[in-house]
Amino acid sequence: MAYLEIKNLHARTGDIKILKGVNLEINKGEVHALMGPNGSGKSTLSSVIMGHPDYEVTEGDILLNGESILEMDPDERALAGLFLCFQYPVAIPGVSISNFMKKAVDARHPEGKAPAGPFLKEMRENMDYLDMDKAFANRGLNEGFSGGEKKRMEILQMMMFKPSIAIMDETDSGLDIDALQVVAKGVNKMRGPELGLLVITHYERILTYIAPQFLHILMEGKVVMSGGPELVKKLEENGYDWVRDQLAATV
Amino acid sequence: MPDFETDSNLVQEYKYGFFTDIETDTIPKGLNEEVIAIISAKKNEPVWMLEWRLKAFRRWQKMKNPDWAFLDMPEIDFQDIHYYSAPKEPVDMKEMDPELLKTFERLGIPMGERDALSGVAMDVVFDSVSVGTTHKELLEEQGIIFCSISEAIQKHPDLVKQYLGTVVPPGDNFYAALNSAVFTDGSFCYIPKGVTCPVELSTYFRINAADTGQFERTLIVCDDNATCSYLEGCTAPARDTNQLHAAVVEIVALENADVKYSTVQNWYAGDEEGKGGIYNFVTKRGHCRGRKSKISWTQVEVGAAITWKYPSCVLEGDGSVGEFYSVAFTNNHMQADTGTKMIHVGKNTSSTIISKGISAGYSSNNYRGLVKVVEGASNARNHSICDSLLIGRDCSANTFPYIESEDDSAHLAHEATTSTISEDQLFYLKSRGLSEEDAASMVVKGFCKDVFKKLPLEFSVEAIKLLEIKLEGSIG
Ligand SMILES: Nc1ncnc2c1ncn2[C@@H]1O[C@H](COP(=O)(O)OP(=O)(O)OP(=O)(O)O)[C@@H](O)[C@H]1O
Ligand SMILES: [Mg+2]
Repeated sequence: MAYLEIKNLHARTGDIKILKGVNLEINKGEVHALMGPNGSGKSTLSSVIMGHPDYEVTEGDILLNGESILEMDPDERALAGLFLCFQYPVAIPGVSISNFMKKAVDARHPEGKAPAGPFLKEMRENMDYLDMDKAFANRGLNEGFSGGEKKRMEILQMMMFKPSIAIMDETDSGLDIDALQVVAKGVNKMRGPELGLLVITHYERILTYIAPQFLHILMEGKVVMSGGPELVKKLEENGYDWVRDQLAATV
Repeated sequence: MPDFETDSNLVQEYKYGFFTDIETDTIPKGLNEEVIAIISAKKNEPVWMLEWRLKAFRRWQKMKNPDWAFLDMPEIDFQDIHYYSAPKEPVDMKEMDPELLKTFERLGIPMGERDALSGVAMDVVFDSVSVGTTHKELLEEQGIIFCSISEAIQKHPDLVKQYLGTVVPPGDNFYAALNSAVFTDGSFCYIPKGVTCPVELSTYFRINAADTGQFERTLIVCDDNATCSYLEGCTAPARDTNQLHAAVVEIVALENADVKYSTVQNWYAGDEEGKGGIYNFVTKRGHCRGRKSKISWTQVEVGAAITWKYPSCVLEGDGSVGEFYSVAFTNNHMQADTGTKMIHVGKNTSSTIISKGISAGYSSNNYRGLVKVVEGASNARNHSICDSLLIGRDCSANTFPYIESEDDSAHLAHEATTSTISEDQLFYLKSRGLSEEDAASMVVKGFCKDVFKKLPLEFSVEAIKLLEIKLEGSIG
């Protein structure tokens, strides 16, 4: 049994069916990549895993550590160890990063309150590691951030919250090479036996930095193909039409 | 009544909703010249003061309760109110009624010598009388007068006579006239030339007795080059009848004086169905009389069944500055109509308005403001930001920004937004492990940040906590 199991997951919003039977298994210690054309349902899958109220699961299940999380609220899922790096993080004006981080770290602390000293130290170290200016901690969360700054902010949160399963939804999109390397650095620092990672991307480049063990291809709401690192190269060379041809051939 | 300490529901619903059982001296309900004479006599007032009151009363009798704010409100029977209620024993801080002392402890008010270092000088008005002022000696050393208005009328009649009613004349409006006739206590504060007041000055108002109106009168005068920061807080017991609070606050800022006036208004707001609560009809006005003077109003309004107030600035001195920073939170059936008036009279005057309204439940929350530039007030500048945040579907928010400019050189900028807490913001924060309530509360506090940071530090922490308590249960 895998740590995160997605079984025949169907989800829709209103009348629009988006996920049509997704199967995926991720264990701690593993790094998976998920690719797929625009609109194939990658972000929807992330949102459904995290419990976004816009989507209704009509069939299938999501199990974390053997237990269904479908009935859990997003905050409960987060505290159970799930984390999502958003493709489009929203701004929360007027809420400073340090204040927000403290609250979120407190929520994970067994006594409900993390001691301020170690918290600040850890946050400073992680910000340093991600080449973020210290003054940043006083800014409003994602308020007026550039695309790259938002993505770093997501990685910083991942480092602070220490999830057991993290989903990164196109964290590499819109980053310059330096920022991409910083993000990869953060991810590589995090990876290890305690973290299972799902990296959603359109580009091979991030995968050369992160080196996933598995690649899955999502099309029209379904994982249509899975493989090892060699699949990345094949896809890069031949494009999604090749995947479609392969599928047609097997039917 | 349930025990305040143990009934957590009550504590959560309205933390200050207890009633203090002390012996009071209360005059019978009703309002006429005789009642006013009794009030004046109880306060040992000089004749000129009684005459001033009676004149105001006669004006008031000819005035009508205004209805332009479209408040949904039953008619008030002004004969069905006690106009004076006071703790029976004369109040000396050291031998203060233990019940009363307990009340202040519950309110978190530092009253004894032990708090002499707390950096706040406090005057407390309990129903109709001031029951004590702290830090007197420290203030006296600097020549600062900070006492109840009753005491000031006796001990500093010239100052009172010189300034009382010069910013808010007795006939200014219906409730100001009523207040002028029957005001029972309030604070007086005078900062002499060149003095920077070393502590926060603060008055705590508490309505305790039933069916009593509270009509306090506050007068603050900051002389040339003087500076002070003043904070007012207020609470009342939870009762199912409405009670009237009609205060008048006047501020005079002379040349280069700087006055900061902060309010944390937490009157009882009525229950979930809208039963009971305080009617909070207040006239607050500051007069920047001197050159380069500055008056700054900051208010956090989270209580009262109906609030109706517009802390304003008349910017007469050249280069004077007026500011208004407001957070108004309404829930259940509360109604708030609040805002400011900035009247630009002098040259090169400027004003800033930041208003943040948050409505929840079935409440209605209006911003109503006027920026007026009179002819000859050259180079006046105003910047207004009025933002409304709606929580849920049954509440309402409106913005009425009036602008009257008679001078072409004025630069006036107005921005307004109305928003709801977005689903995406909530989802983002919840996906980080915050509960729905914490997430919403965080968004609201962020929304109010620009105002909270204007409060004196120790009070901004209190105000944020207070807002958190108010938000509990209003979300979802
Ligand atoms: N809340 C919604 N309301 C309506 N349609 C939606 C909603 N969410 C997703 N969709 C639709 O579902 C489909 C999948 O969207 P999704 O964002 O999951 O794709 P994606 O694979 O992440 O695409 P991209 O690579 O462009 O990020 C799209 O057609 C999108 O328009
Ligand atoms: Mg996407």
